[in-house]
Amino acid sequence: MSGDWSARAHELFKEHEIKQVAYVPDAGLSKLIKSSLADNDIRTVPLTTEEEGIAVSAGAWLGGQKCAVMMQSSGVGNTINMIASLTTTCAFPLFMIVTMRGDYGESNPWQMPMGKAVQPVLEAVGVRCIKAETDEEAAEAIKAGLLMSFHGGEAVAVLIGQKLIGAKPFAGAHARAKAGD
Amino acid sequence: MSSEKLFRRDVVKKLMSVRGDALCISGLGSPTWDLAAADHRPENFYIWGGMGGATPTGLGLALAQPDHNVWVLTGDGEQLMGVGSFSTVALQQPKNLAIIVLDNEHYGETGMQAAPTGRGTDLAAMAAGAGIQNTMTVTDEAGLDDLIGRLDAGDSPLVAVIKVDTRTGETVMPPRDGKYMKMAFRTALLGADKAQHPI
Repeated sequence: MSGDWSARAHELFKEHEIKQVAYVPDAGLSKLIKSSLADNDIRTVPLTTEEEGIAVSAGAWLGGQKCAVMMQSSGVGNTINMIASLTTTCAFPLFMIVTMRGDYGESNPWQMPMGKAVQPVLEAVGVRCIKAETDEEAAEAIKAGLLMSFHGGEAVAVLIGQKLIGAKPFAGAHARAKAGD
Repeated sequence: MSSEKLFRRDVVKKLMSVRGDALCISGLGSPTWDLAAADHRPENFYIWGGMGGATPTGLGLALAQPDHNVWVLTGDGEQLMGVGSFSTVALQQPKNLAIIVLDNEHYGETGMQAAPTGRGTDLAAMAAGAGIQNTMTVTDEAGLDDLIGRLDAGDSPLVAVIKVDTRTGETVMPPRDGKYMKMAFRTALLGADKAQHPI
């Protein structure tokens, strides 16, 4: 059942004492955002742009807390300098959940380039990517990623594929603009 | 250049004299040299890159350490690059976070090109528009005393834009090894054991 990974992710956040969840919303993240908002032990930090989340996470770690950063794949492009300059240089642990667009079954061409770029650009700045295509894989990847980041000292992004969360329906779903309109 | 304007080194020295045990994050460029020159200690985290990141780093720290005051010391160019972070801070309303912008109206690190803050952009107004209620623009010693009063009163979150001239003072370089600074900061704040291990 698609979406179960969100519930497992919230449990894992609790087990790992994640105290801050910084995010730019995405439909695929809505369950996890909702459960984080409802949790009094988690401070949710909505962001105006994704690179803020990288810095919030670094600041949280300086202060002795763990922060999870969540975003859609399009936003990954905004984070690259902050990850390279701050996270990689200082070896801050970083745990990200990225829900994919421009991935399996995408029909919006404007999402394609960033969708294809997410993994190579994250890897170029030192982030280890774990792609998850099924509910079980997502839960396992989040479990592994939390250990690798906060205990192993890595920067880790769990990429939740569109095969799992589904592609937004565009093809044939909307009336086409008529010529001359 | 007006000789009437405040000199950034004097401003930072005066602020640091009332710092107490506040934790300080400095934005890249001159604010980092200012902080190193005025009050070097392990509870400073000097940012040498990641333009736009000083305020959100301060926010993450302030949320993690609600019993400590956190001061972000940064420049107008750096803050403009991450100006949306005013909204992010306003949503959280941290009672312990002060953002102090040393505004020389120029991009000092890249050759003193004119910045928007000298051409009509008002950072304090942008912070107020984002929802931060306690904002001020400081142009003289009396304003600086007012700011110190507000810092003392814990009237936060606070954004203070301090107009300074373009003089920079001697370049005082703090450590530039990010891993070392991160550990030094965490050790001073959390103790050696916690600094070495996840919570």
